[in-house]
Amino acid sequence: MVALEAPLAARRVGLLRRWGVSPAQLALAVLIVAFLTAFLIVPVSRVMVAAFEGPTGFTLVHFGDFFRTSLFLESFFNSLYVAVGAVVLASLLAVPCAYFLARFDFKGAGLIQALGVVPLVMPPFVGAVAMQLIFGRNGTVNLLLNDWFGFRIPFMEGLNGVIFVEALHYFPFILLNLSASLANIDSSMEESAQNLGARGWTLFRRIVFPLAMPGYVAGAALVFVKVFDDLGTPLLLSQTNLLAPQAYLRITSVGLNDPMGYVISAILVAFSLMAMAASGLITRGRDYATQQRGGGGLARRPLVGWRKTVAWSFIILVVVLSLSPHVGILLLSFATVWSFSPLPDAFTIKHYATVFADSAHMMGNTLLYCGLAATIDVVLGVSIAYLVARTRLPGRRLLDGLVMASLAVPGLVLGIGILRTYYGVELPGGVPLATFWGMLVIGYAIRRLPYALRACDAALKQVHESLEEAAENLGAGKLTALRRIVVPLITGGMLAGFVTSFATAAVELSETLLLVTRDVDAPISYGIYVYMQSPAGRGPGAALGVIAVIVVALGAWFSHRIAERERLRRGRGGTA
Amino acid sequence: MTDRGTPKWRRRAALGLAVAAGLGLAAPARAQLEERLVIITSFSKDVTEPYAKAFMAAHPGVKVEILNRNTTAGVAYVRETRSNPPDVFWASAPDAFEVLKKGKLLEAYKPAAPGIAEKVGTFPINDPEGFFFGFAASGYGIMYNTRYVKANELPTPKEWADLKKPVYFGHIGISAPSRSGTTHLTVENILQAQGWEKGWATLLEIGGNLVQVSDRSFGVPDAVNSGQYGLGIVIDFFGLSAKASGFPVEFVYPGETAIVPANVGIIAGAKNPKAARAFIEFLLSDAGQKILLDPKISRLPVKPAMYANAPAGYPNPFKDTALGSRVSFDSLLSEGRYELVNSLYDRLVTFRLKELNAAWKAIHTAEAALAKKANAEGAKLVVEARRLASTVPINEADANNKDIAGAFQPVSKDKKPGQRQAEFEERWDAHAKKNYAEAKALADKAAAMAK
Repeated sequence: MVALEAPLAARRVGLLRRWGVSPAQLALAVLIVAFLTAFLIVPVSRVMVAAFEGPTGFTLVHFGDFFRTSLFLESFFNSLYVAVGAVVLASLLAVPCAYFLARFDFKGAGLIQALGVVPLVMPPFVGAVAMQLIFGRNGTVNLLLNDWFGFRIPFMEGLNGVIFVEALHYFPFILLNLSASLANIDSSMEESAQNLGARGWTLFRRIVFPLAMPGYVAGAALVFVKVFDDLGTPLLLSQTNLLAPQAYLRITSVGLNDPMGYVISAILVAFSLMAMAASGLITRGRDYATQQRGGGGLARRPLVGWRKTVAWSFIILVVVLSLSPHVGILLLSFATVWSFSPLPDAFTIKHYATVFADSAHMMGNTLLYCGLAATIDVVLGVSIAYLVARTRLPGRRLLDGLVMASLAVPGLVLGIGILRTYYGVELPGGVPLATFWGMLVIGYAIRRLPYALRACDAALKQVHESLEEAAENLGAGKLTALRRIVVPLITGGMLAGFVTSFATAAVELSETLLLVTRDVDAPISYGIYVYMQSPAGRGPGAALGVIAVIVVALGAWFSHRIAERERLRRGRGGTA
Repeated sequence: MTDRGTPKWRRRAALGLAVAAGLGLAAPARAQLEERLVIITSFSKDVTEPYAKAFMAAHPGVKVEILNRNTTAGVAYVRETRSNPPDVFWASAPDAFEVLKKGKLLEAYKPAAPGIAEKVGTFPINDPEGFFFGFAASGYGIMYNTRYVKANELPTPKEWADLKKPVYFGHIGISAPSRSGTTHLTVENILQAQGWEKGWATLLEIGGNLVQVSDRSFGVPDAVNSGQYGLGIVIDFFGLSAKASGFPVEFVYPGETAIVPANVGIIAGAKNPKAARAFIEFLLSDAGQKILLDPKISRLPVKPAMYANAPAGYPNPFKDTALGSRVSFDSLLSEGRYELVNSLYDRLVTFRLKELNAAWKAIHTAEAALAKKANAEGAKLVVEARRLASTVPINEADANNKDIAGAFQPVSKDKKPGQRQAEFEERWDAHAKKNYAEAKALADKAAAMAK
């Protein structure tokens, strides 16, 4: 027996070596795969199987129908156009902001970074109403324009309207990831270039931006896929001829059994994966890692003269544009009646009284659920990014792709899948596992994992493997090196991931609506939904929306503080 | 702390039993109810809260739990939780109840409450097989924003036909019939009242004026309340309750409106069936029916006697013969082609709204030009353009044909493999695109002739 076991063990070790993993890393990989199988693959497959069901069993005829239907093909190209347009516009907004923040000494940089997250927090329904009240065809801006100059700007009409709103909504993906990347650039790189005579635009184009590429690509890829798969904004603008709304409208028809909706979802998943793979090609084969960890980020300069004016004007423009809907929500929450006028008729604080009397517990729930979900995301995100980058485990790219695919999974599909899979499983005490509040946390975490994964992956690309090897030479195990060396070096990326996951989970509705079964377990988004179903509930709904925004902004501001403290601790400080 | 040996819940349960037994002596009917009642509903807080409060006051000892869901999520929830379902499904959309009934997810019951009408207008209030029951009636109509109408100098609409007028171009919103069971009934009502071909012509001509086909019923009153557009085709309580909440809106019933019931049903396998039945009886009792008159709720009681207490001017479908009785509604006909009509409307209007708008805009322009300067040939072209922009691609016999309508219904074992939904939809979409483009071209030509 002993003689038999020895070669077996040797072979096992051989395999581990070939995959470049330690037993601990392998265990980590197995755990992650088990988690994703249980809460993503199994539930979603149990719903999506409808795409392949015909009267006599398995069929691919519905996929054939997709390609024979001109409306779907038209929708596909519309979605592509919107997604590309949104990436371009979002880049125009985010790249300069990220650069100014990283390059110059700014008073209130933390505030701007926190505000940079707020556009991601678009509370359901309230956000739509406020957006219309500000930018709609009879919104504040257009009513004033029409009164003063006799014309209107169709901000929210047609596909270009979708691009405008999506870019305002999602540019923080680029801002956050690019900022994290910029903060990780070794300033010696920049100094070398300066010694060689590079200045200004050349320095940015040849040195700074290329080094920050992982962050930009991560952010831009997220914007692309998110916009491609988004249905909130198109529905808000009544643009139905896009793929995601076509899928949604079919999946959510009352009967719930139209196969075509699931076919479109499957195609969305496949295309999103292709897009992510393509974005991976941009950064593949290049090395962004630097070995020195002396200077945290670019050398900061004071901002003076016309540059100051330009930088401030740009940032203020972006903040005003992207926060107008939130100002709208704020006004709405204090408004008595706001109808066909630039501003509400009168103001009141009674909506807040209503909300605090009825729904105070929801704020705590949102903090708890979203905090936990974002933490799960960051832990999983770091682990997966690490396994993909540092091991040769077979199927590791598949794992990355699998996570990204969840971006294209509609919340309703995951919600139904979770009910279907876990409603029969009872926890001690008789509560079905599916409707236990922890399941809501897992549901949030699954669909936001891509944000954290991209952020952690981008940060990890900037850390050279030799740093861990050095630690290992000094006797640290793989996991110790991960914990003590890698994680501290990618804090910025992890926080960017945490904040995006947290902010978007705080306003999630479709899963929430299926999985919440008791009012005491309900988060803010559920409360907003309940209020916004009646005309009288508009004010309280908006008040809850404001609270959601504040909760997220505070979270973002604290994370920024932590990141900044980390930067100061590691680097040579803000002034150089 | 003294009796740690007994778990707390057991002590509570024992106490509960004792209390229940005590009540049992006092009021035998009430004591039999369970302690919980789980209601799944699409109604807003304004509706659910007063009912939950009043019911708990009438039946102390029953704790009402409200689960708010939109109709889709509600149906999905009931379907996925069969092993331990909620007790009552309470919503407007009759189609949701049909789906639940077909899925054997509802339990039959016969309410005992006296004085409930059999029909409202020509629409039966209860499901003939007793799986769900109307507790309130609502009618479709036109809601408009008074500020918007004044600022845009629009006339006040009164009838569906008014909405065809060029003056309303770009001012009207509706929710898609595929997304709103009540809009569906309005569409079906127009089709039954005017006949298939003429009905579709009306729907398409109104469609030409639409600025939005919303994916959710409440999206329309939301937009009218904000003044994003002026007129919405909505169910009455959206208009009436918005007005009661202070928004500058008005609501009118057109002559050919459908008055339809909002429903409630017991979910099959309910864990608290007695409480569920008691809740339905409560909804139909005088106390329950009276709550409907609350201005924030503004729905029409199904108990005709209740209108004696209603404020002056409250619509009464049982007395006011103009409301909902002109059309004799054939629900069998409606049921058979339900999915088909929804899909057809989406192909012809929802997904081709831009093209439909362009066609009718051109027709309006041409007609206005021709009215100023007559041109016989131009007039002929416009007639043809009108025909193109208001023709439905499938005739009534085919639409009512079981095999064709069946293509739009869920996959089932016994379904004959015939033409698929996707094939019809592609054909209709092509029809819409081609016809609207041709109509626009003809109308543009006619307008040029009248110059």
